[in-house]
Amino acid sequence: MRRFPAQFQEKCVTVFRSELRKNKSLERFRVSVKNGNAPGIALILLLAVLVAGCERPQFSEAEKRTIASLALNALPPLKPDTTNRYADDPGAAALGATLFFDFTLSRNGTVACSTCHQIGQQFQDGLPQGVGVARTNRRTQPLAGVAYSPWLFWDGRRDSLWAQALVPLENPLEQAGNRTAYARYVKARFGERYERIFGPLPDFSNVPANAGPLGSATEQSAWNGMSGAQHDDINRVFANIGKALAAFQRSINPKEARFDRFAAVLAAGGEPQDDAVFSPEEIQGLKLFIGKASCSTCHNGPLFTDHAFHNTGVPPVADLPPDRGRVDAVAQVDADPFNCLGAYRDGGPEACGELKFMVRDKPELIRAYKTPSLRAVAGRPPYMHAGQFGSLEEVVAHYAKAPSSVEGVSEVHPLRLSERERAALVAFLKTLSP
Amino acid sequence: MAPFWRYLIAGIGLVAVVLGVLAVVYMTAPSTPPAAAPETGQTRGSEKGMFVATFVPQDGTAKQNELQDWVLTLKTAAGKPVENATIEVSGGMPQHAHGLPTSPKMTDYLGDGRYRISGVKFSMSGWWQLKLGISAPTGSDTVVFNIVL
Repeated sequence: MRRFPAQFQEKCVTVFRSELRKNKSLERFRVSVKNGNAPGIALILLLAVLVAGCERPQFSEAEKRTIASLALNALPPLKPDTTNRYADDPGAAALGATLFFDFTLSRNGTVACSTCHQIGQQFQDGLPQGVGVARTNRRTQPLAGVAYSPWLFWDGRRDSLWAQALVPLENPLEQAGNRTAYARYVKARFGERYERIFGPLPDFSNVPANAGPLGSATEQSAWNGMSGAQHDDINRVFANIGKALAAFQRSINPKEARFDRFAAVLAAGGEPQDDAVFSPEEIQGLKLFIGKASCSTCHNGPLFTDHAFHNTGVPPVADLPPDRGRVDAVAQVDADPFNCLGAYRDGGPEACGELKFMVRDKPELIRAYKTPSLRAVAGRPPYMHAGQFGSLEEVVAHYAKAPSSVEGVSEVHPLRLSERERAALVAFLKTLSP
Repeated sequence: MAPFWRYLIAGIGLVAVVLGVLAVVYMTAPSTPPAAAPETGQTRGSEKGMFVATFVPQDGTAKQNELQDWVLTLKTAAGKPVENATIEVSGGMPQHAHGLPTSPKMTDYLGDGRYRISGVKFSMSGWWQLKLGISAPTGSDTVVFNIVL
């Protein structure tokens, strides 16, 4: 219930009581109120409460539509990935799950995909930058709903989940292995399972034990000494490792959050029950999120992301190598032999629209990073592409202040948000968890 | 001590004042869509008046976050189909500091002055602008389409 400010109460009384109006001393008013007509004051208070109750409906029709568009039940079923014929093959997904947790898939036998993508932690690690064989340059991303993303990594340097899965395997800071070693290992350890899914494995007896185009100098020269047919044999097995890992990751879906229960009841025109009831602060935060604070401009749809890249002025981390985001990823995805237009895609080239019509040369790509999903965001600090902010409060403060970018132009404009409004936004973000 | 009726009148008066203020606030509040709502017609004249262009999604409706093909129909001011034109697509969101999330391209000539523009994508709701730079044997001109999602 709203309380009438005490001073206002006093003024009300004096305005309508002529004998008090003559008296300029506030102290006298206080006395008169104390000794005054209690039922009369109660009546004014009651009327005030009634008026306060005559507010606008809680959400406008436009707000209701936006809220419905953010709810998990608005998420369409995952489209088939025609570039990966095995994407929905249960055998491939099972092999992918095995590989995902297999520490042998690394140079020193200590790092698996699951080292950074931890199953109990939304498939992320809670660190500012992921740590594989060594510390990487970027924050590990959670995996819920990852298969909906047309671009992978913070900068989108890969254009499919299966092409993405191959990068950490060869990255010297992550799993740090090499291509021939992986192909040979899969044949030796999982040969039968592999062949049941992907068909016969080639003969690797003349292939070097350790070779790859991205490894050490020795590994690279061993790779360069191999024939084109050998490269292709190894690349095909390597691509299939990625396709199995992608098939597994397609099964990792976002969980229903408190917000989804609230949104479902709102859409049905009912009255929320139990934990679907939003506090006034959470409602204020939701209204800000889709209104004045413009968060839902980019964090839109049921995954709370537009899957696009934006420079939002997030500061660089001092001791990391220069990082220019999307602008440097364009050439990398174009050059990737496992991209959609490459030889290892299944299906036709009509699936490659994103790559074909990719923005290649706009200044807005400088320090642009992919909009991350906000589902279950409260459970995984720190935030941003290199873990720059330790709390949601810091993130909200950053977007309110909207500092200019160290390079390129930030798309974010400063926004005046009171302490209460900032707290309300954080309270709303917490409702995106189960 | 004031009689009870004075409080009653005071209360009613207060309610009247509050309602009056609320009425003024509601009536003068800016409406939610932008004051100057963009012209979203699907057929528009080009800037120098050289062409009349119609631009529609191939499957009927503009969708959010999906790559779509659009069809551009070009006619001269006299209503004759424009052939052998090349089309450059640019644009973005005028209210945000960003361009299009993709680089749409003319991918096909469909005959009768109709051109297929592929790779059109809108990554968020709101007001988008697509600027089509048209170069035809008869001359060059630009036409701007507003699309509100």
